Amino acid sequence: MNRRIKQRIFFTLFRILGALILGILLWILGFIIYHGAGVISWEFLTAAPEEGMSAGGIFPAIVGTLCLVVGSMAFATPFGIMSAIYMNEYAGNGWIVKFIRVMTNNLSGIPSIVFGLFGMSLFVNTLHFGDSIIAGSLTLGLLILPLIIRTTEEALKAIPDSYRTGSYALGASKLQTIRRVVLPMAFPNIITGLILSIGRVSGETAPILFTVAAYFLPKLPSGIFDQVMALPYHLYVIATSGTDVEASRPIAYGTALVLIAIVLIMNLLATALRRYFGGKVKTN
Amino acid sequence: MKIQAKNIDFYYGDFHALKGIDMEIAQNTVTAFIGPSGCGKSTFLRLFNRMNDLIADTHLTGECLIDGKNIYQKSVDVDTLRKEVGMVFQKPNPFPKTIFENVAYGLRVNDMGNRTFIEQRVEESLKAAALWDEVKDKLKKSAFELSGGQQQRLCIARALAVSPSILLMDEPASALDPISTSKIEELIYVLKEKYTIVIVTHNMQQAARVSDKTGFFMLGELVEFDDTKKIFLNPEKEQTQNYITGRFG
Ligand SMILES: Nc1ncnc2c1ncn2[C@@H]1O[C@H](COP(=O)(O)OP(=O)(O)OP(=O)(O)O)[C@@H](O)[C@H]1O
Ligand SMILES: [Mg+2]
Repeated sequence: MNRRIKQRIFFTLFRILGALILGILLWILGFIIYHGAGVISWEFLTAAPEEGMSAGGIFPAIVGTLCLVVGSMAFATPFGIMSAIYMNEYAGNGWIVKFIRVMTNNLSGIPSIVFGLFGMSLFVNTLHFGDSIIAGSLTLGLLILPLIIRTTEEALKAIPDSYRTGSYALGASKLQTIRRVVLPMAFPNIITGLILSIGRVSGETAPILFTVAAYFLPKLPSGIFDQVMALPYHLYVIATSGTDVEASRPIAYGTALVLIAIVLIMNLLATALRRYFGGKVKTN
Repeated sequence: MKIQAKNIDFYYGDFHALKGIDMEIAQNTVTAFIGPSGCGKSTFLRLFNRMNDLIADTHLTGECLIDGKNIYQKSVDVDTLRKEVGMVFQKPNPFPKTIFENVAYGLRVNDMGNRTFIEQRVEESLKAAALWDEVKDKLKKSAFELSGGQQQRLCIARALAVSPSILLMDEPASALDPISTSKIEELIYVLKEKYTIVIVTHNMQQAARVSDKTGFFMLGELVEFDDTKKIFLNPEKEQTQNYITGRFG
């Protein structure tokens, strides 16, 4: 009796909390759609900003953000996945691996502005990349590396050893076992980690502040050593320091909406990928 | 002798899991290992295809010879050895691939033959594992759509595909229903013609039915090793007698 009542109380509490979180999410989304949907138009999506960014579109910023997402993922994905494979499949459980793991976790706790400063010092100045897509991408890549390593490691850990031993017992080498059995099975979960990283990369402002982001640059980049505008930074600029902050408010919301939509579309794409491969490697 | 184990001692860290074991196994025979849980049957079995190598912090002394060659010599390629010595596990562990790809897996990783050869070999192996008739129309379906017993026979087919000469089976029927179990037992009887089989089992009747020789293990020692008939009808040691009549273990 007593236990049942307790259970009821707790379940109700959990339900309320769950609904609350969902509510807040929907509220934020609704708020941005309500304020931003009005400015969304073909022109807004395809034109460059005008009149001190209080009019025109955000096309260069969209392109910039896409460049940074692709660039940083292209760098961090292979490195992250390979490190995780090394740590989980090859390195055993010695103190070196434990140390690396602790450091990786610490790395993910470092504020992103610190990554920005580091990226500026290393890529922009020391390596003379200047403010550029490559410098920004590498900085963002470093930022998400721990996340990719961690999620990939979890994905690999989730594969029962019986599949590995089954493969070894047939004369497969370690590399073959990883390539043909472990990775395909871990793939859906690895994708999930990549999705999270994409979301993170498209939204970060601090790391690109000193490494790539242009305040106002109404033309498209022609190479990886060019500067670009980026959605989160553009949002920050028009919300705080445009020529006419009040007049450009709707544009700010519109930009936010586009940013959210991009992240959402990428998530959906990745989820579809995950489904596709997940269906192929269903386990018992 | 196909397999010879000479004065084997094996350690998991400090734990002395196998103590001074000697055994000789003849070609094309079925040898059963019986004994109470934790006595070292699986550990001993895994020596023959060096699966214990995968466990960290283990240590082996003594010699283990297959076809007269010490398989723990430096010059031995472990992957090749495991192709020669197939293994079937307690829990069926097909890969999350199609039925066809499961059987073809060993051929692919060992670079054996072209497409026609692989197709032919897959069919032969499935037939040898008495599974062909049940799966010939759904080779492209996932292996997980099979029943537990079928999955286990698929794992046997998978092991046979790479043409081993020895087949190690660690409680291959313990997770299966009686009908699937008897199918596996019939299979063992047939496979004996071509393979040397070593099987671990907790089922006394099964050991008595399928094996020519039986080894009784206890606490890391090989208590008795003899013809299966002798072990079950007239064992030398009292411990063996007690175990098979179910007085302990
Ligand atoms: N990976 C391992 N690490 C440490 N000790 C182990 C390991 N595997 C087995 N052992 C120990 O070695 C002993 C023998 O184990 P083994 O698995 O060979 O027994 P078994 O006879 O196969 O038992 P069962 O019938 O339950 O399968 C046991 O005491 C077990 O605790
Ligand atoms: Mg065992």
